Amino acid sequence: MYHQARYERKLIFEKDGETDFSMPFQEEISDLAPANMTRERLDIPSLPEREVVKHYTDLSEMNYGVDNGFYPLGSCTMKYNPKYADVVSSLSTVANIHPYQDEDSIQGALQLMYDLEKALCEIGGVDAVTLQPAAGAHGEFTGMLLAKAFFAHKGEERTEVVIPDTAHGTNPASAAMAGFDVTEVPSSKTGCVDLEALESAVSEKTAAFMITNPNTLGIFEEDVQRIAEIVHKVGALLYYDGANLNAVMGWTNPGKMDFDIVHFNLHKTFATPHGGGGPGAGPVGVRKRLEPFLPVPRIVFKDGKYRLDYDRSESIGKVRPFFGNFAVLVRAYAYILRMGGNGLKEASERAVLNSNYMKEKLKDTFDLPFKDLRKHEFVISAKRLKEQKEVRALDIAKRLLDYGLHAPTIYFPSLVEEALMIEPTETETKETLDLYIDTLKKIAEENPMLVRSAPHNTSARRIDEVYAAKEAILSWRAFRKREKEKEGDPSDEKDKGDCTLCRSIVGDMDSLKKRIGKSVD
Amino acid sequence: MGIDRNMLEEIGRSNIGDLFSDIPAEVRVDRLDLPRGMSEMEVIGRLRSMLKSNVTADDCPCFCGGGVYHHFIPSAVKAIVSRSEFCTSYTPYQAEISQGMLQALFEYQSFIAELTGLDAVNSSNYDGATALGEAATMCYRLNGKRKFLIPEAMNWEKKSVLKNYAWGPGIEIVEYAFDMNTGELDLEDLRSKLSEDVGGVYIEVPNFFGVIDSQAPSIREELKDAALVVGVNPISLGVLRPPGDYGADIVIGEGQVLGSPMNFGGPLLGIFATRQEHVRKMPGRVIGLTRDVESDRAFCMTLQTREQHIRRSKATSNICTNEALMAVAAATYLATIGREGLRTIAEINIGKARRLMSAIGELDGFVSPIFEAHHFNEFVMKPVIRPEKLNKLLLRKRIIGGLPLEDHVPHLSGHMLLATTEMHTKEDHDRLLRALAEVA
Repeated sequence: MYHQARYERKLIFEKDGETDFSMPFQEEISDLAPANMTRERLDIPSLPEREVVKHYTDLSEMNYGVDNGFYPLGSCTMKYNPKYADVVSSLSTVANIHPYQDEDSIQGALQLMYDLEKALCEIGGVDAVTLQPAAGAHGEFTGMLLAKAFFAHKGEERTEVVIPDTAHGTNPASAAMAGFDVTEVPSSKTGCVDLEALESAVSEKTAAFMITNPNTLGIFEEDVQRIAEIVHKVGALLYYDGANLNAVMGWTNPGKMDFDIVHFNLHKTFATPHGGGGPGAGPVGVRKRLEPFLPVPRIVFKDGKYRLDYDRSESIGKVRPFFGNFAVLVRAYAYILRMGGNGLKEASERAVLNSNYMKEKLKDTFDLPFKDLRKHEFVISAKRLKEQKEVRALDIAKRLLDYGLHAPTIYFPSLVEEALMIEPTETETKETLDLYIDTLKKIAEENPMLVRSAPHNTSARRIDEVYAAKEAILSWRAFRKREKEKEGDPSDEKDKGDCTLCRSIVGDMDSLKKRIGKSVD
Repeated sequence: MGIDRNMLEEIGRSNIGDLFSDIPAEVRVDRLDLPRGMSEMEVIGRLRSMLKSNVTADDCPCFCGGGVYHHFIPSAVKAIVSRSEFCTSYTPYQAEISQGMLQALFEYQSFIAELTGLDAVNSSNYDGATALGEAATMCYRLNGKRKFLIPEAMNWEKKSVLKNYAWGPGIEIVEYAFDMNTGELDLEDLRSKLSEDVGGVYIEVPNFFGVIDSQAPSIREELKDAALVVGVNPISLGVLRPPGDYGADIVIGEGQVLGSPMNFGGPLLGIFATRQEHVRKMPGRVIGLTRDVESDRAFCMTLQTREQHIRRSKATSNICTNEALMAVAAATYLATIGREGLRTIAEINIGKARRLMSAIGELDGFVSPIFEAHHFNEFVMKPVIRPEKLNKLLLRKRIIGGLPLEDHVPHLSGHMLLATTEMHTKEDHDRLLRALAEVA
């Protein structure tokens, strides 16, 4: 059985020591800053390097990445991150160049970005790509700004963006940030875009319709041509959320499906590590008619040299400084070179095979709403288990962790009750898939109390998220203030719990314990 | 590799095409028109040789700043952020198995809280410029006022990013001037622009010219309902007063300097901190302190009702993927150098800039520094020839020059922003001075 490391959770701020860090000698200088601008104290720790490394190594052992095991988090495409990308992205010729260097001194970097843009054009079936956006959601925001600029230029006032109810939450949030009113259209009985609902939702006020294909249920929107027709008929643009691109590379592409704007998630499809939350990269591709609006600079190749072209009057300007998350772009480019056109197509095929294999093996134990054939991911429902044994999707997710397997995405999309959204990716072996399948089946048979009280083998037991939100303590500084306030309050129960920190924050645990069932071990 | 026939058969499919039968023929492509895949050895070889022509700060001293800086990164930082348990994990949705990342990010938030003097910190934005964009929209959420004041003395790229973030909610960006002698903000001009409808005022310390503005602590009292947003260089906070002390509502900044390489400008690290009372209006992922069922200390992502996956179009921001690994780098950087180290590095930067700017001022034909003020690690100077031309000449002498200011502050055409950090030895400075003297 899996057991994750479980160390004392002392913050680095609570550790004592003496620093051994040093810098080359410099003569002391006086009058460092204006007198009214000088800091009096700085409450950060000072520890020897040995203690710092021990501390963060301990923390890393209380974490789980793709290198630790299977991570079938739906919609996140947690494929293996090949190590050659680590090597190339940490070359000095990547890490130690400044974005404002003279063009003559960064030809290699510009060439890499130029070539990556071209490769993404081919993969996405688009005419031009910007590498600037820092993440998928940032790409969506960029795409929405492009739509805004496009219609402003045409003198059309379009204030709405239409989105299916199964869309990733970033879609409506990005459209709203760009100032659009968002209309969500319900899905049809097949889990796909309801063409009638779409037709009545779009109008000459609509700027764009944002979808992902395959959609978040893993179902390919077979009516995609009809969708494009409906959207284009009212003069609106069709936006492709590239989160699910890993399903279709080499079989179709957004351009071929008549999309106008596309974002790519390099940290999903192109195997760059997600870093526990980031960095990512979210390049955006467009068709010819939207190219003039792309962020500056554009990279051009002229007279044997790569140049940065800022002179583009219709451009939306910048969405972030400089050129994008370059070190991430280098990794993605290395991945594309390694895989090649043939390899990328095969990656999609294997991803779809793995997903359908798992779905077939699981669809009797769980329910599979909507049609059978899925692409790179599928969504099953734990509704029956909930009804029969009061075991919810959340409990199953937590119990999986006890087996050293990462949970799927849960409770998304919301039109599936007790949803488990599983995306195995192409990089896992049949043995791994079988292990996950068997484990899920086993959990379905396990003592419900054991499952409801999971996880048992991880660094922390079931976590009180309600309490975290109520207290909203986001820093050591905030915590110490709270402590001080409570010291002045004699009613506080100081003796509950066994760790110093919790002593003061433990309140009423009954509700949490009731919800998950009293601990069984 | 290839497709596993047995798996196909086991699920009743005869070929891989069966699994793609739902893609209509009209939208299909046959193949990707890209070169065939290559071996790992060839990939590494190809990229090494493609990138070889890049001139690096390893080989040539780099005097360029303007938002990204070449600093020393202790070896321990790379060792920690390369731990694949951190590096290859996703956003910590399953808190129980992700305590390590969650605690590291909570510690990052805690370090930034100490540096800025504000209690509520998010676990990162993309970069300083997008953090500013989010700060402007947060000011609008705080007080419903649609005007946002920024310094004229600011990187144009940052202004452009801000404008794009302000476009949606219809926030009007108004610039206030700087003092031509000190490079500090022009308080009279700022006052004249403080109308009733101003929702936020942005100042930078140090500012775009590297100047530490002595008026910063008195800005708060000039504002009524408007929020004060302060942009910082976190290393400077080793010696400078935390903006929370002088009334900042929001502090943003570029955190690349805390343990991340320049990487040609990305990934960066957007610092975002605010007062506790504003916490429910802030953008981005935040890690909160809590407990598990055994009452042990634990951490989890919290206040998610602000976020896109729950609130959808009503979210405070669309951000989900951020720069978490850079935040871990920042935490390990600050932990490694410690209290004294941060102060020492800040002092060295101030000292190096002070010496270099006056030494350049002594060269014939050069004016340096342009502004009479306290500087951090950057300063404005006027070379004897056009800055763009100077950079090309310096490059020939294997020196990476500074940032020409014309694009950023048009009436400083012909001026250049030079940065120097602890990376520069006395020999590096002398080499630059000799090169400049030869140009003159």
